Amino acid sequence: MPETKTASLGSVLVGMCRRDLAMAFRRRSEVFNPLLFFVIVVTLFPLGVSPEREFLSQIAPGVLWVAALLATLLSMDTLFRSDFDDGSLEQLLLSPQPLFLLVLAKVLVHWLITGLPLILITPLLALMLFVPDESMEILVLTLVLGTPLLSLIGAIGAGLTVGLRKGGLLLSLLILPLYIPVLIFGTTAVQAAAQGFSVVGHMSMLGAMLALGATLAPFAIAAALRISVS
Amino acid sequence: MSEALLEVSDLLCERDDRLLFQGLSFSVTSGDVVQIEGPNGSGKTSLLRILCGLSDHFEGAISWRQQPIGKVRQAFYAELLYQGHQAGIKSVLTAQENLQWSGVLHEDISIEQINAALAKVGLQGFEDVPCYSLSAGQQRRVGLARLFLTAAPLWILDEPFTAIDKSGVAELEKVIAQHALNGGSVILTTHHELHLDVSVRKVKLGEAALA
Repeated sequence: MPETKTASLGSVLVGMCRRDLAMAFRRRSEVFNPLLFFVIVVTLFPLGVSPEREFLSQIAPGVLWVAALLATLLSMDTLFRSDFDDGSLEQLLLSPQPLFLLVLAKVLVHWLITGLPLILITPLLALMLFVPDESMEILVLTLVLGTPLLSLIGAIGAGLTVGLRKGGLLLSLLILPLYIPVLIFGTTAVQAAAQGFSVVGHMSMLGAMLALGATLAPFAIAAALRISVS
Repeated sequence: MSEALLEVSDLLCERDDRLLFQGLSFSVTSGDVVQIEGPNGSGKTSLLRILCGLSDHFEGAISWRQQPIGKVRQAFYAELLYQGHQAGIKSVLTAQENLQWSGVLHEDISIEQINAALAKVGLQGFEDVPCYSLSAGQQRRVGLARLFLTAAPLWILDEPFTAIDKSGVAELEKVIAQHALNGGSVILTTHHELHLDVSVRKVKLGEAALA
């Protein structure tokens, strides 16, 4: 019989991330759906509303933020779905490793494959929407702070609804209200920057929310999953 | 007589206003093989999920080494191997990657150990094949390879013989008997007639519903 040696926490985190990244890599076409959605929505605005420079630069932060928020929301439902369907989630819950750490790894990978690509493509789309140079940096920075928060909050809803056959709509209703503060602070920071005001307050608020989310959300997600599976 | 590992007393489970079982009491000590019996829908899987602490749709007490399982969850899970109805095998990952992940969740295992375990379940040469291209029986075998990789004393197996061929069933029976002889315990459900070298205790479900 092999000797019992529980894996260390660091290697658990790495092992979980490696598995989820490998899965994402093998299902590339699905993984890029949120990014595609983001790009399509943003590019349709100049065509559908108005291509005028003045107008676009005014609505750009809102459009980019709303599109990023919806793209994240769309991808949230699949976070635990396949694990639930094939019994991996049960194995996850029965692990002697702390569950909050395991779900934190899952959320981290979710952000890496949905949030991070959105951030990387944002400067290009922002250029297309005539976002002024002085607020470009702030726009990207708000997304850097905001998208992990969207993933963390969304994962709580995904955990709560994974046991339901058709949880998609309920998931949106549950987490949309929680997304709104993130959206408000994100967009107002960019608008303030465009008008030359200080953004320290907005950014601190986003940072504080992210700190709170990163420390507390994993426990809420873990509890939500236990409820869903039972 | 060694002390009980898992002890269940006066368990009652109700699902959708239907009483699945009540007054169920039994204990599992080291060396025991316990077979949960009952017709379809009698609550076998529900019982196993309750025993693992996955489900809390029950009344009664379950203790692990004289402690209620809710209080010693981590210690309990470190000594438990659960193989559910769904094997927990990711079809996009290879057999090796699936077992590696299982190692991440439980105990450190090396690639050599994984390959040896896969060879033991007859999957030599399939280590790097994505599980979606394996047959249903082979996928089950990937899950069962975990039995060779664990040092957990308590195994809870839900229908372990599903989709496994005759010789596979015989081998699996040997593994289960060997585990019991080594001082481990097994709780399993199956409709298959067990042929083990060790005695099998039976817990019957489904009588509450009939009574």
